[in-house]
Amino acid sequence: MLLTSLGEGLHHFVLSEFTQFGTNLIIINPGKVTTHGVSGALISNVRPLTLEDSQRLKQIPHIIETVAVIQGNAAIESGGHQRRSTVYGVSASAAQVWNFAVATGRFLPDDPPRSARSFVVLGSKVRQELFGNSQALGMRVRIGSELFRVIGSMESKGQLLGFDLDDAVYIPTSKAMALFNRESLMEIDLLHTASSNSTIVAEQVKKVLQERHGKEDFSVTTQEKMLEVLGDILGTLTIAVGALGGISLVVGGVGILTIMSIAVNERTGEIGLLRALGVAKGQILTLFLGEAVMLAAIGGLIGLVVGLGGSWLFSVLVPALPAHTTWAYVASAELLAVCVGLLAGVLPARRAATMHPVEALRAE
Amino acid sequence: MIVLQHIERRFQVGDEEVHALSDVSLTVTSGEYIAIMGPSGSGKSSLLNILGILDQPDSGVYELDGIKVSGLGEKQQAAIRRHKIGFVFQFFHLVPRLTAFDNIALPLMLSGVARAERLERVGAALTAFGLSNRAQHRPDQLSGGQRQRVAIARATIMRPSVILADEPTGNLDRHSGIEVAEILEELNRQGMTLIMVTHDPDMGRRARRQILMVDGEIR
Repeated sequence: MLLTSLGEGLHHFVLSEFTQFGTNLIIINPGKVTTHGVSGALISNVRPLTLEDSQRLKQIPHIIETVAVIQGNAAIESGGHQRRSTVYGVSASAAQVWNFAVATGRFLPDDPPRSARSFVVLGSKVRQELFGNSQALGMRVRIGSELFRVIGSMESKGQLLGFDLDDAVYIPTSKAMALFNRESLMEIDLLHTASSNSTIVAEQVKKVLQERHGKEDFSVTTQEKMLEVLGDILGTLTIAVGALGGISLVVGGVGILTIMSIAVNERTGEIGLLRALGVAKGQILTLFLGEAVMLAAIGGLIGLVVGLGGSWLFSVLVPALPAHTTWAYVASAELLAVCVGLLAGVLPARRAATMHPVEALRAE
Repeated sequence: MIVLQHIERRFQVGDEEVHALSDVSLTVTSGEYIAIMGPSGSGKSSLLNILGILDQPDSGVYELDGIKVSGLGEKQQAAIRRHKIGFVFQFFHLVPRLTAFDNIALPLMLSGVARAERLERVGAALTAFGLSNRAQHRPDQLSGGQRQRVAIARATIMRPSVILADEPTGNLDRHSGIEVAEILEELNRQGMTLIMVTHDPDMGRRARRQILMVDGEIR
């Protein structure tokens, strides 16, 4: 019960986490990922993605914005405070493409890509760590060896599967390339219009990049595909969780079978007596079946209470990952328990009913 | 009125066939008091089980109050047991979890008699059998004689036409045994047919008619 609750919760949670970046994203990574699992990046003559690629892709119809991304770790310093955080080199459009909201100030300006000014936008956690409650706008921070001026800070985004999105700073791509001593981009994110078909746009992107690179040495992933893969993974997860639940159901069923068999054995004399008092076979069957079902139903109810309590506790302890309880699941779980009880009760109840009354009476 | 005609009952014990009843014919008129006697293994209990429809004969005809029992379905047989037959066992067969009151009320509950009527009838039975101050006692808090009186009260609460008693005094001391026998005889005087299996000759002599069984036959 708790398991299905959690599984469902996880499903919703992950989906919403991923779609918070917007649903019309296409992501391009260098190197071709083939089904054989051999990445093109292993071969040295891969032509990396460049800022110019990003600029060119922006001219494709239906593409609204592109974000050239570089990611790394660096120490960020201001006054006496220092913190190691994730540094994202991004284009000015990142806030729009990723659905990020600026809390104070503004996001990076739309400077020419190769000659961007040294501005930085702080994630909420970094801002809090470096400046506390004092004013951060206009202050200078040192990232690596270069000074950056703070022009804005982001609203808190929370965590994405363990990555703290607030423990990050955003600087222009070209500055990050210099900082991490890289010639190429790690990723280009494209935002296309909601009305356009992501597959068609992805095809166009492929064509343009192939022209520029001469061959397909990159991989294009639409968000739909990402969600699809994710859905598959989560589906498998749910099946695994369900299988676990199934095993516990079988165990519970065997338990009820055992208890009922013992009950029938212990009460052989009583069964004989009931028969002598004029209780028909069918009534005896119903009696013991009812008992098994009652047992299972009570067990199921206890399970439900524990499960609901568990998911409630979970949602209190880990508010970021709310366990999602579907009432249809609750009802069907109870129904399932009753069915298991019925199934497990059939054998012992049949034995009780078909017992010969004379022998049953002699048993005591 | 009970009519048995050419009743046969055989059991398979190992690879040997035991002839428990062979060609037993018996007529019992209503209100009779009969003692079935004989050594153990002579078929007394088998006969009683067939009379009580707990067991089916292999052949022969059993008629109870004009109804041919053998041809009936399981449900109808159960109904006849419920309404026409009261069992009294050697080992009482009380439900240990239930009080004397509830044990006596059991047949009424099983046949769906309303609560108010149950209270009244069980109360009357408790008084009649001298158990009024034992109503809320469980069987293990009662003496043997008291237990058998509870059992008799249970057997007769449905006002059956026949009482079948299997060694009703066999598990009691002499004094309690006589007490129980007197209760059964009083019920017989009220019109119930009493058929009692016993191998106590003193008990057997109390009956108006004795039947001796040897090797599955009536002598």
